[in-house]
Amino acid sequence: MVQTAPLPVSSSASTVRPSAPASKPPPAVPVDDLPAFDIQGFSLWYGSRQALYDVSIRIPARQVTAIIGPSGCGKSTCLRALNRMHELTPGTRIVGSLRLFGDDLYASGIDPAYVRRRVGMVFQKSNPFPTMSIEENVLVGLRLNGVRDRAFLQERLEESLRMSALWDEVKDVLNRPGTSLSGGQQQRLCIARALAVQPEVLLMDEPCSALDPIATAKIEELIQLLRERFTVVIVTHNMQQAARCSDRTAFFYMGKLIEYAATREIFTNPANPQTEAYVSGRFG
Amino acid sequence: MNAAAINCLPSPGLALRRRWASRGMTMLMGACAVVVMAPLFLVIYFLLREGASALDWNFFTQLPKPTGEVGGGMANAIVGTLELLGMAALIGVPIGVMGGVYLSEYGSDRVNNWIRFAADVLNGVPSIVWGMVVYALLVIPFKTFSAYAGGVALGLMMVPLVMRTTEEVLILVPQSYREAGLALGIARWKIITVIVVKTALKGIVTGVLVALARVAGETAPLLFTALGNSFWNRNLGQPIAALPLQIFSYSISPYDDWHRQAWAGALVLMLLILGLNIFVRVLSRGKSAAS
Repeated sequence: MVQTAPLPVSSSASTVRPSAPASKPPPAVPVDDLPAFDIQGFSLWYGSRQALYDVSIRIPARQVTAIIGPSGCGKSTCLRALNRMHELTPGTRIVGSLRLFGDDLYASGIDPAYVRRRVGMVFQKSNPFPTMSIEENVLVGLRLNGVRDRAFLQERLEESLRMSALWDEVKDVLNRPGTSLSGGQQQRLCIARALAVQPEVLLMDEPCSALDPIATAKIEELIQLLRERFTVVIVTHNMQQAARCSDRTAFFYMGKLIEYAATREIFTNPANPQTEAYVSGRFG
Repeated sequence: MNAAAINCLPSPGLALRRRWASRGMTMLMGACAVVVMAPLFLVIYFLLREGASALDWNFFTQLPKPTGEVGGGMANAIVGTLELLGMAALIGVPIGVMGGVYLSEYGSDRVNNWIRFAADVLNGVPSIVWGMVVYALLVIPFKTFSAYAGGVALGLMMVPLVMRTTEEVLILVPQSYREAGLALGIARWKIITVIVVKTALKGIVTGVLVALARVAGETAPLLFTALGNSFWNRNLGQPIAALPLQIFSYSISPYDDWHRQAWAGALVLMLLILGLNIFVRVLSRGKSAAS
């Protein structure tokens, strides 16, 4: 793969983006052919155990990328490395470079909180904050990052809930506890909460594995809407789901990236025999 | 049914013996449970029998009468106990809660083990030792017994209690809430204060109330610090009356009227602690968030 010249990093990356309303136009993607993530030679260790081996991958912007692979293959680790959530596990170490739209996310002096504001995340199990109402859940990221402007908050509330296809269901009960919603609604609430801080990328770690088929279908539909404005990276152990809702698929095995290509290619004409064995269900 | 299964069936005589043994053991354990409960009812029974007659309006509104005069009350001791508890809470709650947050959210395993060990040892320190330590630290240098010294003694006793219960309820808050907050790019201290502590707030309040109930009845730490006072305390730098102290000095006196008042004081103290505990029960019944 030909590597493009590295982009200047420090100037934009070291200053924390202001979260004031007027300062930011909605699509933060500067150039369409600039990949959302450009990862080169990335390895990761948990203590002495290596979890990722020399991963190089360029994830295009405003597409859905699915990460598949058997349990323990490093797919969740890779996802969590994209917004530095793996650092919550003590004793992790990385080498290699990971750039988000050209900005080195691991450069020294970069606050992980800043990375996570640009790269939102939705977890396997929905986790709305139990002490907060639906509205408070959606706005907590903005409020705790210091946004006070009421009109702006109101606007973000409605837009986030609309984007996560939840507005019509909850617009009259915004003061109810977030935990009063059904499982699928709670997961969409968590998506709304992640979208409210206007990230550039949304990471999803098996977002449907705790949901029934109908709630799953809704989330998958939602992902199709989100790809118009965001880059989505979704880890799934469900190959049909990857086939249904992703544009590109990455196959991980034993901590290595085996293949990354258009989803149709991966599932119909994989280049690597290991990929073929996995997607045809012969192991994993 | 195979042969082995048939062999396992006990003979009718053996089955009967087992049934009786089972009944006997069940009754024995029930009796032990009664023995556990009995002292509580005994305490309440005696306090009511001996103390209720001395409980009147004067008891709550008047100062103790001079030696030899009948009547009077323990108004100063009741207020004094509340003041001492307030001061104890001012010391014990912030230090205890913040220490618990450190243990649950920040400390490394090695440091935490030492802190927990220290807290458990402190929980076991006899309360009179607390009194002596505060006597040496505050009473001797300032050359006077004082309400401050009493409050400090009780507050120090509360610290390890509050710290451990705070840690325990914070650990119950699922990790996923912390992760969700971090994934939103929220600063860690804000996640801890606004999300984690708030989720566990009921548990923390419960722990604080249990600790207050525990120190409310302490006498020994107050003997060398608050000392006791027959009058209103107008200055926290001076000795102050407290229910346990008043009960102590009245019950070792030779006067029948004082004995009755000591019983009444014990009843009031008991009701205060019982009330705190019932409040804790009511609070923790609605506890859904952290559990």
